[in-house]
Amino acid sequence: MSKGKFGIHGGQFVPETLMNAINEFEQAYNHYKNDPEFVSELDFLMREYAGRPSRLYYAEKMTKDLGGAKIYLKREDLNHTGSHKLNNCLGQCLLAKKMGKTRVIAETGAGQHGVATATVAALLGLECEIFMGKEDTIRQALNVYRMKLLGAKVNAVETGTMTLKDAVNEAMREWTNRVSDTHYVLGSVMGPHPFPTVVRDFQSVIGKEIKAQLLEKEGKLPDVVMACVGGGSNAMGAFYEFIKDENVKLIGCEAAGLGVDNPKNAATIANGTLGIFHGMKSYFCQDEYGQIAPVYSISAGLDYPGIGPEHANLADTDRAQYVPVTDEEAVWAFEYLSKTEGIIPAIESAHAVAHCMKIAPSMDKDKIIVVNLSGRGDKDVAAIARYRGENIYE
Amino acid sequence: MNDIKSAFENGKAFIPFVTAGDPDLATTEKILIEMSKNGADIIEIGIPFSDPIAEGVAIQEADLRSLASGTTTDKIFDMVKRVRSEIKCALAIMTYMNPIFVYGTDKFMRRCSECGISAVIVPDTPFEEKQELSPFCDKHGIELVSLIAPTSHDRIKMIAKEAQGFVYCVSSMGVKGGSITDIGEMVNLVKSVSDIPSAVELDTSTPEQARKAVQNADGVIVSSAIVKIVGKYGKDCIKPVCDYVKSIKEAIS
Repeated sequence: MSKGKFGIHGGQFVPETLMNAINEFEQAYNHYKNDPEFVSELDFLMREYAGRPSRLYYAEKMTKDLGGAKIYLKREDLNHTGSHKLNNCLGQCLLAKKMGKTRVIAETGAGQHGVATATVAALLGLECEIFMGKEDTIRQALNVYRMKLLGAKVNAVETGTMTLKDAVNEAMREWTNRVSDTHYVLGSVMGPHPFPTVVRDFQSVIGKEIKAQLLEKEGKLPDVVMACVGGGSNAMGAFYEFIKDENVKLIGCEAAGLGVDNPKNAATIANGTLGIFHGMKSYFCQDEYGQIAPVYSISAGLDYPGIGPEHANLADTDRAQYVPVTDEEAVWAFEYLSKTEGIIPAIESAHAVAHCMKIAPSMDKDKIIVVNLSGRGDKDVAAIARYRGENIYE
Repeated sequence: MNDIKSAFENGKAFIPFVTAGDPDLATTEKILIEMSKNGADIIEIGIPFSDPIAEGVAIQEADLRSLASGTTTDKIFDMVKRVRSEIKCALAIMTYMNPIFVYGTDKFMRRCSECGISAVIVPDTPFEEKQELSPFCDKHGIELVSLIAPTSHDRIKMIAKEAQGFVYCVSSMGVKGGSITDIGEMVNLVKSVSDIPSAVELDTSTPEQARKAVQNADGVIVSSAIVKIVGKYGKDCIKPVCDYVKSIKEAIS
């Protein structure tokens, strides 16, 4: 019966055509996650190829400047390919290969997941096709070329809002169309079971490392762990290890675009209602008839009308708090972190930095905030320049 | 009265699909009446969804045209209720889980019942998730149609045992159309556990393809051929739609 539930959320709402494929994927995952050879192969790739563990960096200048809580940055931006996305891609592509699949497909918003998938496909010798909203191929032109360099075919999706949601639609269609030799490397903790669980597990290395690294540096757990949330994979990866540590506050930062009261936003927990879409029951930005809303954020990676089912449950149970962050606040944080720490964050991650800047000053100096810096911002430089009125194209 | 059952009692059933509200509901109203006069045994009325992931580009575009013209679930129900007595065949609603769930599944099925709709087809709700729908379908006497696909294999018997109305066989691998694969084998697996009728879905179909498809099944569903005619002719689509419906009905009779 219904599987993969987080409270009332989750499930497997996909066309019948895909059911055997996702069941097969679930069985393979359950087998290989305990297979010593698979575990050691993945561990090897995580260390030698991705560069793990990623640093937990004490942002001393930022801490002093804000004058409150001590701020640590989890440097997922230093992973190979420049974001946390590689963790999941290494896991899923290795699984796909074990399952005898010869081709992988993926959706991408900002292009980070597409680049990570194309990278691992190149490494493991898998054919690779990426689906990306046409709007995003323009916003993130450099990443499109990067994927092509890595040998992937990039399909610009011209339906709907031509963004991440439409890229997911098209990737699901393509998987329905060609399921026998193809694995769909879903990039976030969303979609039908087992994806939310599998992706969370592969990303949970982030939180495990944060805990070990902070215990070593400070001898205690953080007071707050925060991360940006679109579908929610970097946040889930950072949060998961701490869910049982009830004194650790978990904060997800959603993209509020032009503001939560403006139709142009993507803040799902703030504005969404319960729905069933993209394989899962969760919260979605939608109208009274269940038509999915055309959401907006300056960040292509957070420009998604839903949120992973485990986050929806963490919100329902008040275990995590979700806060909206606007384009303007995120851009300000993007510039602030660049100038203050010499770290250019992805515009997605800048949403979490922005909220950290809001709450850190009023917290005591013995409190610790860990911000998951999920990706680096090189891909965003031209877009931010344009936002500031400088007409730069890549 | 069981409308779905009787639709399969006079030879092979012809089941055309149309997106409600494309280009507008007045046109859909005429299409429903005329298709029922010209040989449709069950009409699948599509309630448009912003993101129809189980369908190809023709239906997605029709859905978006319909939504852009202001179509809503309530307006569709109102239209069907008003013209139901002029439509001679059975009606089924095809839509996605979200428009049903957000409308309120109980209220949705009650409205179906009030409007003379016999069945619902929900392509993103597989066997494992049917509890989301079936209690409400049962309560209001609406049949929940089960889908099977060429990739279903060992799942077909499990699905067919509990199937209602008819079994909807997705023939082409995937949503973009393709070849008719292993239909006979799929239908035989259904027949081995249930006497429920099986209808084969064709994306776009010539009369010849429809004739071939029903050799191994009890009916044929044409999913996007009529949507494409409506897309091409807009409000002037009634005659070409009727001509097409007649040609398919003759071919399978």
